[in-house]
Amino acid sequence: MTYRGPQRVRIEDKPMPEIQHPQDAIVRVTRACICGSDLHLYNGNVPDTRVGETFGHEFIGVVEDLGSEVTNLKVGDQVIVPFNIACGKCTFCKQELYGNCHESNPQATAVGGIFGYSHIAGGYNGGQAEYVRVPYANVGPVVIPDWMHPDDAVMLTDVVPTGYQAAEMGGIQKGDTVAIFGAGPIGIMAAKCAWLFGAGRVIVFDQEDYRLEFAQRYAQCETYNFRSLKDPVLFMKKTTDSLGADVCIDAVGAEAAGDVLQTITGRKTLMQAGSATALQWAINSAKKGGIVSVVGVYGPTGNLVPIGNAVNKGLTIRGNQASVKRLLPRLIEHVKNGVIDPKAMITHRIPLEEVADAYRIFSDKLDGCIKTVLIPPSAKV
Amino acid sequence: MENKDKDYSHIKGWGIDADPKNDPTYPMRKRGNDDHTGYNWDRPTQQTETIEVLHSVERPNVTAVFGTSKPPKGLSGMIRRYAFQFGEGQFSHWLPLIVADRVDAIEGIVEDLKSGHIPNIFAEKGYKAQWKYNRTGVITKVAVATAVTTAVVLAFRRKCKD
Ligand SMILES: NC(=O)c1ccc[n+]([C@@H]2O[C@H](COP(=O)([O-])OP(=O)(O)OC[C@H]3O[C@@H](n4cnc5c(N)ncnc54)[C@H](O)[C@@H]3O)[C@@H](O)[C@H]2O)c1
Ligand SMILES: [Zn+2]
Ligand SMILES: [Zn+2]
Repeated sequence: MTYRGPQRVRIEDKPMPEIQHPQDAIVRVTRACICGSDLHLYNGNVPDTRVGETFGHEFIGVVEDLGSEVTNLKVGDQVIVPFNIACGKCTFCKQELYGNCHESNPQATAVGGIFGYSHIAGGYNGGQAEYVRVPYANVGPVVIPDWMHPDDAVMLTDVVPTGYQAAEMGGIQKGDTVAIFGAGPIGIMAAKCAWLFGAGRVIVFDQEDYRLEFAQRYAQCETYNFRSLKDPVLFMKKTTDSLGADVCIDAVGAEAAGDVLQTITGRKTLMQAGSATALQWAINSAKKGGIVSVVGVYGPTGNLVPIGNAVNKGLTIRGNQASVKRLLPRLIEHVKNGVIDPKAMITHRIPLEEVADAYRIFSDKLDGCIKTVLIPPSAKV
Repeated sequence: MENKDKDYSHIKGWGIDADPKNDPTYPMRKRGNDDHTGYNWDRPTQQTETIEVLHSVERPNVTAVFGTSKPPKGLSGMIRRYAFQFGEGQFSHWLPLIVADRVDAIEGIVEDLKSGHIPNIFAEKGYKAQWKYNRTGVITKVAVATAVTTAVVLAFRRKCKD
């Protein structure tokens, strides 16, 4: 697929990707998902998203070709490709901050390279394609275990690790009340994972009833439609003895609805880097001394957030891109033992050729869509 | 505070990753004292620059690998080059980039037309799916757009008559 401008994508033939670095691999894509993060690009909200770029940071596939320095993979391997591009050598990779590699994104220092995520994240073509170039192939890709279903594998490239890390960064202690804003794939997975860390109560907010129903079934959590609550923050206070949640998770990011001022300044006029409604609610719903974990993605310019409240309440705020490779061993174990069932979240499988419709369905939350997988014609599985 | 009265046995895996030491947690858990030596790690092999790569002024070089999807070109490319003179904290960096993105979209249409391809914007926007799954939404949108246009035209006409 290629991007043509805000909310315009189409299929185009492009030259086959080539090895450009001795640690590159070329992967034939067998599954690629559309993610909430792609919507920020699709809507034209991420600066330096160039016409003709191919999106897609959640994909698995088969190794077709390898550069001379790649020793960990062989041609024919089926691989999970983490969405972060990481060198494994810089001081950040050494601390397992694989989302913050300093040798994969020339255009911005805040974030490491990400497949198919504009020039703010390195200018790489992504995996919503038939073939893709995978740099640092010794570091990122993990061979898919024989027993694993490809639909589970593709969910391990981002959704499962991000949901898990959202809960992990919350520093959840046994019995904690955890409030999660957003019942997209990430919020739902964060809710599921909050229990693994021993949460006592897990509460999820969204405005889409079908997503809340899914979350309740999938993650056995409490769910509320914020449209039916006048003030979700007040609601959180009332349901926690007026104290607030121990841990709040922002799993919405820049496309947040629910606050007119935020929507106008953040989404309609781009005066801030996306609408920060969920983050605002997370900060205001947290207990004093509590933790706010942010995995929702925002642009680089700046946002209106109640930082004064965060200071006065003594909050700890943590955030990052998920460090996928770091978490894969534990998460593969969880999938094997049936603790996490990632593929149950996939509601739509759409041929890559119909990518424009697929984006519209995911973006407008049509047809009960939770998670969409694109299948390229060359997938052969 | 652990709530001992509650039974979580219906939740598969409850508490299996609980760890009192999980706080402070990622991202700072692995922070060592050996990372104060600056930018002097053993860098990976440098990818050859076969295209123009703009790099942030907040770093001294182009990273060892980089993407080559779309080098800057045309008017949008000139604006991008301008933007990359400024630091990442500056609006003078990001705002021109957004402008460049919009110019790029127009350049894309011009390029399409030049190559004899009329872009099917209806299809590119996925309106077929919207028509299939959200017909009332589409009809409302069209109705609102028509009403607004009619109102503007009428107001304009009246003004002309005055
Ligand atoms: N940090 C990371 O590594 C990482 C990785 C993947 C995704 N993300 C980000 O996580 C976020 C969620 O991703 P997703 O795939 O689940 O996206 P999604 O768009 O499918 O889900 C977002 C949900 O939030 C809901 N929502 C909107 N406003 C809200 C509000 N004010 N309060 C509560 N809910 C609200 C929407 O209705 C939607 O269901 C995105 O910002 C995405 O970019 C981050
Ligand atoms: Zn993603
Ligand atoms: Zn690195």
